[in-house]
Amino acid sequence: MPYDYQPYPYTPPPGLTAPEPRHRVVIVGAGPIGLAMALELANFGVASVILDDNNRVSVGSRAICWSKRSLEIFDRLGIGDRVLEKGVTWKVGRTFHRDREVFNFDLLPEDGHKMPAFVNLQQYYVEEYLIDAVLDQPLIDLRFQNKVTSIDQTGDSAFVDVETPDGEYALETDYILACDGARSPIRHAMGLDFEGELFEERFLIADIEMEANFPPERHFWFEPAFHPGQSALLHKQPDNIYRIDLQLGWEADPEHEKRPEVVIPRIEKVVGHDRFRLEWVSVYTFQCRRLDSFVHDRVIFVGDSAHVVSPFGARGGNGGLQDVDNLGWKLAAVLQGRADRGLLDTYDAERRFGADENIRNSSRSTRFMTPGDGAERLFRDEVLALAAKAPFAQSWVNSGRLSAPCVYPTTGPDDPTLPQGTRPGAVAADARLATGEWLLPQLTGEPTLLALGTTAPNLTGVRSLTPKLTEDLTHRYLGDAACAVYLIRPDQVIAARWTDATDAQIQAELDTIWTGARCI
Amino acid sequence: MHLISTPNLARHDDFYEALLAAHRSCTADESAALNAQLVLILANHIGDLDVLTEALDLAKRGPD
Repeated sequence: MPYDYQPYPYTPPPGLTAPEPRHRVVIVGAGPIGLAMALELANFGVASVILDDNNRVSVGSRAICWSKRSLEIFDRLGIGDRVLEKGVTWKVGRTFHRDREVFNFDLLPEDGHKMPAFVNLQQYYVEEYLIDAVLDQPLIDLRFQNKVTSIDQTGDSAFVDVETPDGEYALETDYILACDGARSPIRHAMGLDFEGELFEERFLIADIEMEANFPPERHFWFEPAFHPGQSALLHKQPDNIYRIDLQLGWEADPEHEKRPEVVIPRIEKVVGHDRFRLEWVSVYTFQCRRLDSFVHDRVIFVGDSAHVVSPFGARGGNGGLQDVDNLGWKLAAVLQGRADRGLLDTYDAERRFGADENIRNSSRSTRFMTPGDGAERLFRDEVLALAAKAPFAQSWVNSGRLSAPCVYPTTGPDDPTLPQGTRPGAVAADARLATGEWLLPQLTGEPTLLALGTTAPNLTGVRSLTPKLTEDLTHRYLGDAACAVYLIRPDQVIAARWTDATDAQIQAELDTIWTGARCI
Repeated sequence: MHLISTPNLARHDDFYEALLAAHRSCTADESAALNAQLVLILANHIGDLDVLTEALDLAKRGPD
């Protein structure tokens, strides 16, 4: 069944008839990032208006691979269960050279996490679920067919001009969040540089519907017999939809390649028969770029508007959701007077760090997949040749290093005898508690003191959690230590940890969460 | 750990001969492929990014 792209209703906004009261947050763009941003802010009690020039979810599967971290965020936003239920859960990736498997990876080799490593789900479903949640949330005013035509800002206000089917109006707001995608009209209007690298390569992308018993795995081929000399990627999605990416080379003519009579024979070679229906096809090039700064006074860039990566590694949509994760509690704290505006600079610093890691990883994958002539191709080919005879080279084969949250650089107190995976700067690891509940959902909304094998001091402005020790908690948070106290930020990032600390030390670190002083 | 750039391989003449022998009868492309594999194999064996970085720097540097 092809997806039914229903238009969402347009309602004439109040601003057409009378000036609207000043808003706290105007979000431009109702893609996954803008919608998630509004829901995240609403969780902190912050109201927002979302403006979108369109009235439908996006066409084609687009961002399909949602990482464990994104699923944890979706869970918090109220759509985790729907995404899990509908999506195709997977954790194994297989990489082939010609007809031989040269490498495979298991992204979540251990149990004891609520969310799987990855779920494949077409972007249009994710947007639909997010819109449903937004429409249920009274703090969010979602306006379709409201196109932003210009923005402006002074020291203490930002302004938006909006065009609707019924005419134009203007809004005043504390902050504008530019969630307007890779081609961001706001970024262009502000004349901001978008520095980075364009890869001279084209990929065909197609969604096909077919009955098949393909396993829920990611398959990547270098130089397969069905597509000589190039690369190919296959993902399974729900509704019997398969996503195929085929490398075409820089010389390929995108308009020619998109024609069904050209696409279908290519797909037939991949799947070995003609019993499929072509649902969506596109040709893309890719770039790795980012803004120099994501925060421009009262205009803040989030997601693809701030940074773009090549698709291999699923670091676009997932990276954007990590921006949402990082910005939500900080912006809420600033708007609610709990923190100074300087805290927003730590969004800038931390997410630039995250974007750089994503860009570095996706650039490396892209270079391995589409090597330049000379030494680049020589080493790529020899890694592939070595992978057949030396185990070490298998993991060097780079068909994408899949999205995982970065560990933010921080000077937060650490006790290095505790496990590396839960060091300050890292997202807290999930675990099932003795009560049967999951740890991560308990860590939302406000800072948390997680006391293990000891009791947490009674401090104000922080939630204390003293779960009974389990094997997973001990393994992930204590290692050989008998006890520890972890201070965790509202975005579930570990701020500090001790095996022995005074109440005053803990209180001091709690205060720095709101100043951002530990951020490097 | 630092890169050793002072004498460290006692039977270097034997290795040099073996290296040339491995390349004998190779075309230029085959030699390049052989060298590339050697670099990758040895890099994995050394297993220390700092040492490898020093080796890259030494190879790129002009004569003192």
